Amino acid sequence: MPKLPKLPAPPLPAALQAPPPRPSENGRKGGPIEDAKEAGISVVDWVDERTSLSGAGRWMLFRKVPKGTNWFYTLGSATMFAFLSQAVTGVFLAMYYRPDPAGGAYESIRHVTNEVFLGQFVRGMHKWGSSVMVILIFLHMGRTFFFGAYKYPRELNWVIGVVLLILTMVMSFTGYLLPFDQRAYWATIVGVNINGTGPLLGPYLSDFLRGGGEFGATTLSRFYAIHMMLVPGLIAALIGAHLYLVAKLGTTAPPWSKAEEQPELREDVV
Amino acid sequence: MAARYCSQSVSDKHAKHKSKYTADRMIPGAFEGETVTRRRFMTGTAHTAGAIAAGAFALPALGFAIGPIFKSTPHHWETVGTETDFNEDNYVPVTFTLTPGIGEAGKTTAYVRKFNPRIDTDPSDKDSKYIAISSRCAHLGCPVRWVDAAERFICPCHGGVYDLLGRRVGGPPVRPLDRFYTRLEGEFVQIGPRFSVNSELKRFSPRDPGEPLDGIGQYLYPSRPSAQKL
Repeated sequence: MPKLPKLPAPPLPAALQAPPPRPSENGRKGGPIEDAKEAGISVVDWVDERTSLSGAGRWMLFRKVPKGTNWFYTLGSATMFAFLSQAVTGVFLAMYYRPDPAGGAYESIRHVTNEVFLGQFVRGMHKWGSSVMVILIFLHMGRTFFFGAYKYPRELNWVIGVVLLILTMVMSFTGYLLPFDQRAYWATIVGVNINGTGPLLGPYLSDFLRGGGEFGATTLSRFYAIHMMLVPGLIAALIGAHLYLVAKLGTTAPPWSKAEEQPELREDVV
Repeated sequence: MAARYCSQSVSDKHAKHKSKYTADRMIPGAFEGETVTRRRFMTGTAHTAGAIAAGAFALPALGFAIGPIFKSTPHHWETVGTETDFNEDNYVPVTFTLTPGIGEAGKTTAYVRKFNPRIDTDPSDKDSKYIAISSRCAHLGCPVRWVDAAERFICPCHGGVYDLLGRRVGGPPVRPLDRFYTRLEGEFVQIGPRFSVNSELKRFSPRDPGEPLDGIGQYLYPSRPSAQKL
């Protein structure tokens, strides 16, 4: 009797099936001690299972870099850490600062510097850190220029970097007014008037910056809002784009490094 | 001819004269007399709604931020002394409030003297009993100081130098020092809004420092609505 083909058995109802092993369990059963040992990995796995972030992390962090990469390549990261330092100290300075042009602003800075615990230190970090950030930006820019790292296909990253440089200058300009001492006041008067020397639109730009025809009650709060909210967000977003392009395009080899010799491709040998 | 052949055989999407009716273009589910597909209509509607929603907060916020450019400021008069405080031969510095409500930061300084027919020969000055020269340097706005021994206004920032009438004699400034309107109320000398002058001391509505008024300067740096005017 020929063997009849057998129909496959109907599948068990879902409720009766054994649950499939979780990817984190790895088919292995362990006691609470093993669970505790694996807690960190479990948390990472739990997040990764729902976001697939580990792939992005590996893509960002484990890149191939060209031979000859050296300390000059750390200037970009150094600039970013200078920005992070400015952001963190700035947030905490904002807890004490009062943008009050009738004396309160100067008084609040005096209070931070002289009376608040570690106030002088945190304010000093912010004040000197701003100069450090500007210096690091120019060193980073010089590295990019002299290594030819702005060339195709990295032109867009150069453009983003220039926008970041301009935004940092805006931060320096608006932050300079906030202590509201004589130096801050006169530097702002001069800076706004330099903006005003642009023909046709310059005078209106001055009015926009001051919030009116003269240095007035809203000038300080305007500068504070630009310094604290408008520009930092833009800088953070553009740093993200800058870093994405660095990871996407890779870094350049230093100009002095030669391509690997491949003898079989050399014409004079063949 | 080739292009026409191509468009007919592959797709009529790029045909030169395609029908405006979706039914004629063989689009599935087309209604009779329909000219815009439902998909296209929905896409357009969603984009329009998004643009309206974004504009509804972005445009007011933008107008809010740039509003002060178009707002005019009313001028006011400040009493700076009595008739006997000033003389014809030398300047007396006076400090008065230009922008109220912000304390010291709202004050400015002017150098005031009585009208002197021997030196104030400009016809536009003949009606003013007092000459008030702003201490704001016409280069970038630093405060100039009247140096009596040199008979010059000298700016500490970038070395601008002006003569007795506020005309530039050296350094980077682009026009003479600004002046203020003055008036006599009873025995009190009062200072009003500021005005700018060009190198011939011709009067213009107030400009910011760094803006030349000779030649085409007055058109490149126009008067703004926000300036206090008489």
